[in-house]
Amino acid sequence: MSTPYLEPKRVVVAMSGGVDSSVAAALLVEQGYEVIGLMMRLWSEPGADNTSGNAANKCCTPESMGNARYIAAQLDIPFYVVDTQDVFRKKIVNFFVDGYSAGVTPNPCVECNRHIRWDFLLNKALELGATHLATGHYAQVRYAEDHYQLWRGVDQHKDQSYVLSVMGQEQLQHALFPVGGIPKPEVRKLAERFDLPVAKKQDSQDLCFLKDNDYRRFLRDNVPDIMDAGEIVDTTGKVLGQHVGLPNYTIGQRRGIKVAASYPLYVIGKDAQANTLIVGPKEKLGTKSLIAKRVNWVNGVTPEAPFEALVQIRYKSKAVPATVTPLSAHTMEVTFADPIRDATPGQAAVVYHGEQCIAGGIIFE
Amino acid sequence: MPTSDRIYLDYAATTPCDPDVVTAMLPYFGDVFGNPSSIHRDGQRGWQAVERARKAIASALNCASGEIVFTSGGSESDNLALRGVVLAAQRNKQRPHLITTAVEHHAIGRTLAQLHTDFNCDVTYLPVDQHGLVSAAQVAAAIRPETRLVTVIYANNEIGSIQPIADLAHVCKEAGVLLHIDAVQAASQLTIDVDALGVDLMSLGAHKFYGPKGVGALYIRRGTPITVTQTGGAQEQGLRAGTHNVPLIVGMGKAIDVVVAQREAYNAHVQHLRDLLIEQVLTTIPDAQLTGHPTQRLPNHASFVFKNIDGNDLLMRLDMVGISASSGSACSTGNPEPSGVIKALGLPQDWQLGSLRLTVGKHTTQAEIATTVQKLREIITKMRATSPAVQRETV
Repeated sequence: MSTPYLEPKRVVVAMSGGVDSSVAAALLVEQGYEVIGLMMRLWSEPGADNTSGNAANKCCTPESMGNARYIAAQLDIPFYVVDTQDVFRKKIVNFFVDGYSAGVTPNPCVECNRHIRWDFLLNKALELGATHLATGHYAQVRYAEDHYQLWRGVDQHKDQSYVLSVMGQEQLQHALFPVGGIPKPEVRKLAERFDLPVAKKQDSQDLCFLKDNDYRRFLRDNVPDIMDAGEIVDTTGKVLGQHVGLPNYTIGQRRGIKVAASYPLYVIGKDAQANTLIVGPKEKLGTKSLIAKRVNWVNGVTPEAPFEALVQIRYKSKAVPATVTPLSAHTMEVTFADPIRDATPGQAAVVYHGEQCIAGGIIFE
Repeated sequence: MPTSDRIYLDYAATTPCDPDVVTAMLPYFGDVFGNPSSIHRDGQRGWQAVERARKAIASALNCASGEIVFTSGGSESDNLALRGVVLAAQRNKQRPHLITTAVEHHAIGRTLAQLHTDFNCDVTYLPVDQHGLVSAAQVAAAIRPETRLVTVIYANNEIGSIQPIADLAHVCKEAGVLLHIDAVQAASQLTIDVDALGVDLMSLGAHKFYGPKGVGALYIRRGTPITVTQTGGAQEQGLRAGTHNVPLIVGMGKAIDVVVAQREAYNAHVQHLRDLLIEQVLTTIPDAQLTGHPTQRLPNHASFVFKNIDGNDLLMRLDMVGISASSGSACSTGNPEPSGVIKALGLPQDWQLGSLRLTVGKHTTQAEIATTVQKLREIITKMRATSPAVQRETV
């Protein structure tokens, strides 16, 4: 089944007040599209909504909202704020909390792209008569062989295709990433050329809804039992000590386990139901294969046979050679050429052919 | 006159400056720039301009010049009235009690909230009826021995309803309680004769009646116990420190002259268009309801709620087709909470978010009303159809 090419005309650009989406908006205006700026008001923790101290990198502060509004006015495009608090809290914040409660390490950015940006906001844009939704993501959309393709951004340090691997043909047909083909230093120069008053702030944080950068504190405050202490066991079930709450540990972690042993101990697993932390020697850490669920095939077709590819298991890790075996429409098994160390349930496993993103799923085990 | 192909129906938010007002202000930016507080001739010319404006306002209000204090606008006037009266009472070792309504502007509501939490005041909030009105009987019942002030919005900014000020004044006078009214919305259309109204304090803002932004006035009846809240120089009889903003004050004086001279014709013009607007909206759009009083309302003011409509979304879509309107909520920040005023009306939940305010003015035409009703009907029909263009399969 092919996807028809859609010519951009009226483009909604998702603005955050930051440099990437601001330059994206300016480029779209320069390219002559009819551009409308939208900013999502996302849910954030009470106390995060101020411009002081810790909240400087948070989304939706009055400052970032003012910045986006100012830039839109400078570009002479209409600008509106869309209330997204309800759906964001339900789909992202609750998902984040539930994930940790279940002992996995959820990736809210992936879910935000799935449920908020490329569902809720895209629908909003289309309702407003837009042909396309543009964002400041570092990724590229290409049209070839009657299909839309998702490629990494040219700036390999900034590439965000990992969190966009939830996008299918229906989303990509309406997607524009104006800065995806530009290295970040060039984007900064463009901001100067367009005379955009973008704040010299750091890149936005993953957990934009926290009032500080401390997700452990957030979980402690919001999930009563989540930081309960429990047992640390080895792979045979022998109790080695006490842990201080499962969300404090990540797979592959060595420091901070605080159990004496004759060899270095690593976190190799969590059992949320029994509230135990499983540790073991380095050799036990490697995984040869994993199962990913909720798999999205970017071109909309589940391959019939296993194939060789590169697979990336964290936002900032390197894609490594693996064999991908589709087990059903939305489940795949990934077998790595060499064992990998920190495959973490809840994070995405994203499949690439070279620089092209083929699929993405959530690591199940 | 604004030049634009857009339709502006937000005269309650602000009005364009009358060209005569602009002309009147211009000399005071350069030619006549002296500080009215200076001894010399340059200063005296500035002083004279300020006093001429004060006389114009006093004449419109039927009061003495000495009862007018210039401020930076309606909000500052409200703040001075409330804080000044409270401070004066506290100097006399009283714990003041104040009475207000559930449908006040934030300049009143938030000031009272702070006076309560930080300045040891007691505040009673009177509920309103379905049209947003309070009664003299309610005020009378709420007055206590320590009540110092009743503050009520004259004509409501969100729903246009006009409170029975003369009746309230009667009750207050009987009880020896001060009455402050916020006449910011009312001044362009209703009587602002302070004796006819019987008020002790009244707030005005020039930009709501074709004057410049950034200037307003507070009427303070002679003998009202009030204390300065912005201290510094002795301007404005020691009640408001700060160098006079001469051009804006001149502009306000001119604007009030124009408003008084044209009031009857203006009201006839706006009311005709407003009635047309209300009639067409209510007859052609299903599940639409007028908010505020059907007749006891500002002549230029139409406000509605639409069932199952998101007011912010509606404003955005109206803007995209070139219509400037407003709603009852803090739309610019994307906060979907219904406003306190809309909540106070006791509307069902599924109506509360769908508020729309359309306020007409000097430059509004009948053709604009027709276009607006047509576009509004189209947009609401489309919004209610809500057919998401993309139905995503959840994996």
